[in-house]
Amino acid sequence: MREPILELKNVSAAYGRIKAIKDISLVVYPGEVVSIIGANGAGKSTTLMSISGVLPLTGGEIYYDGARIDGIAADLLPARGLCQVPEGRRIFPRLTVEENLDMGAFFRKDKAGIAHDMNRVFQLFPILLERRRQHGGTLSGGEQQMLAMGRALMSRPRLLLLDEPSLGLAPLIVQQIFRIIREINEADGVTVVLVEQNANLALQASTRGYVLETGNVVMEDEAGALLANPDIRKAYLGE
Amino acid sequence: MEVFLQQLVNGITLGGVYALVALGYTMVYGIIQLINFAHGEIFAAGGYMGVILISWMVAQGYPPFVCLGVALVLAMGYCALLAMAVEKLVYKPLRSSSRLSVLLSALGMSIFLQNGLMLTQGVYDRAYPGEMVQGGFEIGGAVVSYMQVVIVGITVVLLVGLNFLVFKTRIGKAMRATAQDKTMSALVGINSSRIISLTFAIGAALACAAGIMVGMYYGSVRYDMGFVLGVKAFSAAVLGGIGNITGAMLGGLLIGMIEVFAAGYISSEYKDVFAFIILIGVLYFMPTGIMGENVDDTRV
Ligand SMILES: Nc1ncnc2c1ncn2[C@@H]1O[C@H](COP(=O)(O)OP(=O)(O)OP(=O)(O)O)[C@@H](O)[C@H]1O
Ligand SMILES: [Mg+2]
Repeated sequence: MREPILELKNVSAAYGRIKAIKDISLVVYPGEVVSIIGANGAGKSTTLMSISGVLPLTGGEIYYDGARIDGIAADLLPARGLCQVPEGRRIFPRLTVEENLDMGAFFRKDKAGIAHDMNRVFQLFPILLERRRQHGGTLSGGEQQMLAMGRALMSRPRLLLLDEPSLGLAPLIVQQIFRIIREINEADGVTVVLVEQNANLALQASTRGYVLETGNVVMEDEAGALLANPDIRKAYLGE
Repeated sequence: MEVFLQQLVNGITLGGVYALVALGYTMVYGIIQLINFAHGEIFAAGGYMGVILISWMVAQGYPPFVCLGVALVLAMGYCALLAMAVEKLVYKPLRSSSRLSVLLSALGMSIFLQNGLMLTQGVYDRAYPGEMVQGGFEIGGAVVSYMQVVIVGITVVLLVGLNFLVFKTRIGKAMRATAQDKTMSALVGINSSRIISLTFAIGAALACAAGIMVGMYYGSVRYDMGFVLGVKAFSAAVLGGIGNITGAMLGGLLIGMIEVFAAGYISSEYKDVFAFIILIGVLYFMPTGIMGENVDDTRV
């Protein structure tokens, strides 16, 4: 059995007195694309923010790369290869595109490597090259999503958490984003945890999936099995 | 005409100093939305540290420029450490409290520091050594003292340096990123506590330089000099659009000019009042300041 790259054991987290996730356990193996699907408010973003160390846990343990990471300051994780593209993209609005990308590599000191990776991002998303001196806040939604992905790639992640990368984007852009998710997974071997409203799209791009309901994991299975499951089709695939 | 030119020279000198102090208000506000009332006291502490160091070195017989240079560097370092300590001990524990709590503790810190200065340095004016920079020259009937040249020169170097730091270096980018989104900056690996601390240090160092220059310009310092100057510099920051770096510089220059011209043409008795009038006017008529949110390139 391979060692998991990420493992959550009975993780709970809360906002004040509001319990957002309860007793969540999940495991992700290197090279996988794992989806977390669920309705609005199910606790998907909360789960990612807990993994990233932004939200303190009220219970449970999180292991990354064999080491326990819950309780570690969020800003120390990118250097260990754990990186998140949060919901809403959160581009730095008054930094230029280039500066946003450079901040993605903030902990890195290898100038040549950073320049190389920035070129790579510009190859993946040529529009960003055109816009590189423009403030992030002036980009369109699709361009901002590309910038957010590019910024994450600048940290050379090994585990990438993506929170609703398709949100609010035109179908053509969504396709492009998912093509790139596949590419970085297959070509660069980046493990991906994918949170999506669009369950169909997400499961098609994934190896496995977890279904979240009101803060609990209610189902986990191979992506294909989830796609074929009548309950899932009814609840999340609009049938 | 001579009078006008003279006022212009004096206004630039004073305005530059206000700009240096205004930057500390605006940068701290930009990054943690706190009006740091204790900032004026850092300025005063800088003025005192300057007079102590310069007097001692002058007495040892060092040449004036060496005294000034060394005193500037040491005092700026001292004030940076002082401000970082205040931030760590007083503001940081309140990071997740209401903004009012932090504001009140800043007010308390201001009173504490001012009283600290009074108790350790006394209530009387303390004179800067008179022989520091003497003489001057005349252009178009206006007298420009070498002291003014030195002050404007130091101010320009500091302002250019700050702009470079904030807009061209990686740490400056991280400062702006932290000001714009702390959660996201943590997600890219920026330690926001360290950046906030650094912001306080930079603001304090600039205020310290201003304190020393005001002391040299007027010839003396006093324990409560931070209050009125603090209000003026804060007005400058608000006038420029609080949080905006270029705005603080422009605002400082404008407040300095207005004060000098109003003192020259209206009444020198009331020169300190004009900054207050501007503050109220700006807050009332254009709360986002002259570099408001629409022309916002240089907000931190
Ligand atoms: N900052 C917050 N303060 C208080 N409650 C919050 C906060 N953020 C989320 N919640 C609550 O926690 C629960 C889970 O929210 P979360 O954002 O994780 O859901 P989600 O699955 O990501 O939903 P969506 O698909 O709408 O993004 C919700 O009930 C939400 O109201
Ligand atoms: Mg969400």
